[in-house]
Amino acid sequence: MEAWILSLVTFFPVVGAMLLLFIRKEREAAIRWAALMTAVVTFLLSLLMLSGFDSSDPDLQMVVRLPWFSIGDLQIEYFLGVDGLSILLVLLTTFLTVLSIISTWTAIVERVREFMIFFLLLETGMVGVFLGMDLFLFYVFWEFTLVPMYFLIGVWGGERRMYAAIKFFLYTMAGSIFMLLAIIWLGLEGGTFSVPDLIEAQAIPGNLQFWLFLAFAAAFAIKVPMWPLHSWLPDAHVEAPTAGSVILAGVLLKMGTYGFLRFNLGLFPEASIRLAPWVALFAVIGIIYGAAVAYAQKDVKKLVAYSSVSHLGFVMLGLFALNIQGLQGGIVQMINHGLSTGALFLIVGMLYERRHTRDMDAFGGLWRVMPIYAGLTLIVVLSSMGLPGLNGFVGEFTILIGSFGSEAIGSVWFTIVAVVGVILAAVYMLYMFQKLFLGPLDNDKNKVLLDINRREIFTLVPIVILIFWIGLYPRPFFGLTEASVAKVVELVSSAAITMR
Amino acid sequence: MIPGVSMIHILILSGVLFTLGALGVLIRRNAIVMFMSIELMLNAANLAFVGFARSMGALSGQVFVFFVIAVAAAEVAIGLALIVAVYRNRGSIDVDMVSDLKG
Amino acid sequence: MTADTLFSLAPLVILFPLLGFVFNLVAGRRISERGAGIVASAAVGLAFVIAILQFVALGLDPAGATIHIAEWIAIGELEVDWALQIDTLSVTMLLMVTGVGGLIHIYAIGYMHDDVRFQGDPSRFPRFFVYFSLFMTAMLILVTGNSYLTMFVGWEGVGLSSYLLISFWYEKGENGIGNALAGKKAFIVNRVGDLGFIIAMLITFWFFGTLTFEEVFSEAEAMGAAAVTAATAITLFLFVGAAGKSAQIPLFVWLPDAMAGPTPVSALIHAATMVTAGIYMLVRNAPLLELATVTPNVIAIVGAATALLAASIAVARFDIKRVLAYSTISQLGFMIAAVGIGAYVAAIFHLVAHAFFKALLFLSAGSVIQGVEHGHHHADSAEEDFNPNDMRVMGGLRTRMKVTFWVYLIGALALAGIPPLAGFFSKDEILADASHVNPAVYWVLVLAAFLTAFYMGRQVLMVFFGKPRSKAAEATKESPATMVAPLVALAVLAVGGGLINAPGLLPLTRFLQETLAGIEEPEFIAAIAILTTLLALASIGLAWLLYGRRPIKSRAPDPLQSRLGPVWIAIRHRWWVDEFYDWLIVRRYVSMARWLAEVADERFLHDWVHDRVIALGYVRATHWLASVLDLRFIDRGFDGLGALTRRGASGLGVLQTGYVRNYAAAVFIGLVLVVSYLLLS
Repeated sequence: MEAWILSLVTFFPVVGAMLLLFIRKEREAAIRWAALMTAVVTFLLSLLMLSGFDSSDPDLQMVVRLPWFSIGDLQIEYFLGVDGLSILLVLLTTFLTVLSIISTWTAIVERVREFMIFFLLLETGMVGVFLGMDLFLFYVFWEFTLVPMYFLIGVWGGERRMYAAIKFFLYTMAGSIFMLLAIIWLGLEGGTFSVPDLIEAQAIPGNLQFWLFLAFAAAFAIKVPMWPLHSWLPDAHVEAPTAGSVILAGVLLKMGTYGFLRFNLGLFPEASIRLAPWVALFAVIGIIYGAAVAYAQKDVKKLVAYSSVSHLGFVMLGLFALNIQGLQGGIVQMINHGLSTGALFLIVGMLYERRHTRDMDAFGGLWRVMPIYAGLTLIVVLSSMGLPGLNGFVGEFTILIGSFGSEAIGSVWFTIVAVVGVILAAVYMLYMFQKLFLGPLDNDKNKVLLDINRREIFTLVPIVILIFWIGLYPRPFFGLTEASVAKVVELVSSAAITMR
Repeated sequence: MIPGVSMIHILILSGVLFTLGALGVLIRRNAIVMFMSIELMLNAANLAFVGFARSMGALSGQVFVFFVIAVAAAEVAIGLALIVAVYRNRGSIDVDMVSDLKG
Repeated sequence: MTADTLFSLAPLVILFPLLGFVFNLVAGRRISERGAGIVASAAVGLAFVIAILQFVALGLDPAGATIHIAEWIAIGELEVDWALQIDTLSVTMLLMVTGVGGLIHIYAIGYMHDDVRFQGDPSRFPRFFVYFSLFMTAMLILVTGNSYLTMFVGWEGVGLSSYLLISFWYEKGENGIGNALAGKKAFIVNRVGDLGFIIAMLITFWFFGTLTFEEVFSEAEAMGAAAVTAATAITLFLFVGAAGKSAQIPLFVWLPDAMAGPTPVSALIHAATMVTAGIYMLVRNAPLLELATVTPNVIAIVGAATALLAASIAVARFDIKRVLAYSTISQLGFMIAAVGIGAYVAAIFHLVAHAFFKALLFLSAGSVIQGVEHGHHHADSAEEDFNPNDMRVMGGLRTRMKVTFWVYLIGALALAGIPPLAGFFSKDEILADASHVNPAVYWVLVLAAFLTAFYMGRQVLMVFFGKPRSKAAEATKESPATMVAPLVALAVLAVGGGLINAPGLLPLTRFLQETLAGIEEPEFIAAIAILTTLLALASIGLAWLLYGRRPIKSRAPDPLQSRLGPVWIAIRHRWWVDEFYDWLIVRRYVSMARWLAEVADERFLHDWVHDRVIALGYVRATHWLASVLDLRFIDRGFDGLGALTRRGASGLGVLQTGYVRNYAAAVFIGLVLVVSYLLLS
């Protein structure tokens, strides 16, 4: 199993996408089922990968490493591997893809086959980003994810879809250019593109680390997105179809934070330590800014989009605490955000499908007509605002613990301001809940709304189960990441010693 | 070799077949017939190959024939598909009807 | 049976309400109203039985026990388990919460039966008990949690259930949204307090390396003077949390609005249990408070100030529940002040006694409100926007609701501190302790106690005496037995509750000494007892002069209005605290958020930086390159070449006939030419 499982998880969706080509485009039900089955099998494969994962081993596992091609002496490899930093994200990706495809069942009615093909290709790209351990291969996957997402937004999006799609593409592309330059430099200078080898060597002098750090950060910070580079996010989210938003928020943004975790911390530990206060500053500004701007939105989807800016600020704060609590919390918070915000986008999508508007003023009192929907939304809202006992709190609290005592960040004020962000999260989330579900049911169009059906319940229930699981017993999740995180912490602290 | 049949006979036959084929392509307007003529030309070439292989005692000529047959088969598949497509679109397989590329 | 076996049953105290919650959530709609109510009440009843078993176990082994259930968060040094701490302090709370809670559950079956019909949505009945069970679960987690973090789970959990219950009639209230806004306000103000709690936890963890109470306290004790600064900081931030949950200055504004919830909610959550969580939490942290320097004074002063401020506001309320709400804030101020002066037992004593009589008062008020509501429906009066909570429409209910009147009177006298009712002993203990420690606090509390007796006298006189001031009040009838029976039980507790720490015997002090080492036994100061009793009686007499002698008319201004002048305006407007917060925080935040969203994000970042500077700049630059540089210079140069090509092409185009056979012929001719060239040369 060792050798082929990662390749299978990565490329099975492509196989499924190929098969979809052979189904006549009029047979939409068959196409949907085939796509769903592909996603389900991919998810099962990723579970198989999980079963073979040894959480006590901090290094890459199930490695497949073959020469791909070479430029002069420089060998470019087909190099996949999984460790504690990436395994949860891979699982999140395959999990959310299944749910997203279910959510498109009635929402996507035009060009179903093309939609599904792009969706499955996107899955391959995302999984590849998390598994690719050769910088070149990583970059290929990284850029590859743009293409299907571009089409998903540009073809199946809302009114201003072309604007949003192009903006999304160009923003992320612009950041990636700097990363590409840094990757080429690293390859030429280090003689290899292999990430673990480069991390092992630690041969990059301090001041160069600074520039390379910034080059990588340019790509990742746009993807996260960190304040003030978030301008593409609301547009992309508002225009994207529901499933696209779920994946965009749930997984694509995590590619940015994952990039920081894997590459910036690993390759440039000294620069990470030096720049940690600055990252923390921007993260904290993002937390407050995102929360405040979210509160002032009228469009539910925009509100959720800005809440992502706030939540990912927490993740960044945790990662750059550079201690074990902060990193563990950061990773789990990535998963939490993927689940809660993914669920929120599903929820908004269900409403949009019924009423074709997302203006919060058009709603109110929906609890009366849609009790199941309201109840599930409440759980997700509470998870998103970090109620103890649910997943958001576990992540947020460990992040706060980490950043409060972080030597790298150096000041407790960042954390204290971040705690204010916890209050503000309650402000905008409860505001949203109140606008949609509470108050009188005075709009006639809302009086006839039907509660969510079984398929829709089925897309939310798995997320809700995970929300409770991570909230009440996060041990298995922390356990998976523990060893690898400890290794990163060790790496960073040894760099801190050499810096002195 | 069959007695009385020498290399020169074979070449003449091949030449005749090839000429028939070439004329067919140039003169006939029916796409199917043109197609058959092309096949005729191909097989004339095959005949020459076989003949040369025989007289020189080398196998490579015969290998080439197999290769040509395989390629011809593929070509037939695509060609017939094109003809069918043309027929569906125009209701005719007269090649003079298909002159969209006129400059 | 050994103590340990009994202790190991402790998790059931949480499990029973949790099962009740799950059951009603899943099946509540399918069983009868009574069924849902009974399930929830039985769950609390069973929890009460378990609490008694814990009490028995503590008799065998007073040291208590910690019961581990499962691991929760374990990262590096951060290790927090799901675990219960059973000691005399938590069991005192357990008994109070499950005991009083159980009575309120039974009452709620009767109350909600009518309430859902008055409000016009009977299908919502089971949901009420779902929330109630959720609340009990969270409250019991709060009480039994053995670490700051597990306590915080309950802490936020009760906040959540409070939010849900306040906005239970989410489509009612001012403009149809008032209740929902009240719930949101409660949650958010509580979150502000939680900020303090979270920061306190962060400091605790990085200073002591653990979040478990026992470990923190033993660590602090071992460190002694070295931990003073940390203990001060931690307790100050914890107090911010307590101020949120227990509605102290400056975070008390949510509690009066919380009265939007159905009355059993006000009794259970906003009088007896949840709001006392702050006091419980501070008492739990007594070892740190003992070490801390500034904090106790801050707590005492804030508590006393809250007691006085809230009591003054209560004087000018007309809503029967709001009087009680401000009274609750005021009494919580007493308890907080007690914690501040180090009288931990007195604080807990008053907490328990207050739970008895304030739950009683709220439930009786609920009985009154529903009686008036019934009367309103019965009398079929056409009065628009009739408010059954308004004391100005009541009056003369003494003869119409006999049992309610008597239990209300008992509750009011207990609250006013008339001997030998529960409130007398507990309040006196606080005052006696305060007189030693901090005279300023003492006098402020005495003044607050005076006002307490006054506003309770005013309320009883306005509601029960005189003549009915509306048709509804005339037609009022006594409430059903499910509601009245718990009232009588609570009235008995309000009468006899003083015994749990009666002077001389001091059973509660002895009991709590097992957990709170080193607390002193309070002394009974006869002079203070006499003084406060006389003051209370004088105050009630004053109330009678104003409201009893000549009953007020329904539309007439309050007799105090002319007598107090500007002071009346101030207390009528609740000292403008809400308005001040609205102006200082809410509006600032809303306008900042708007500004950030519309100006900074939308117009500056999105429209200007991105769309204008980057996108339009790029478009302009490319346009210049295309139209100016390219067209004028480069293009012109190539234009000639282009024209030439075009002309040549159109000439050659003739050859492209489009006929396949022509092409084939061309190929052949070419072939013949090439071959003949090769052959001939």
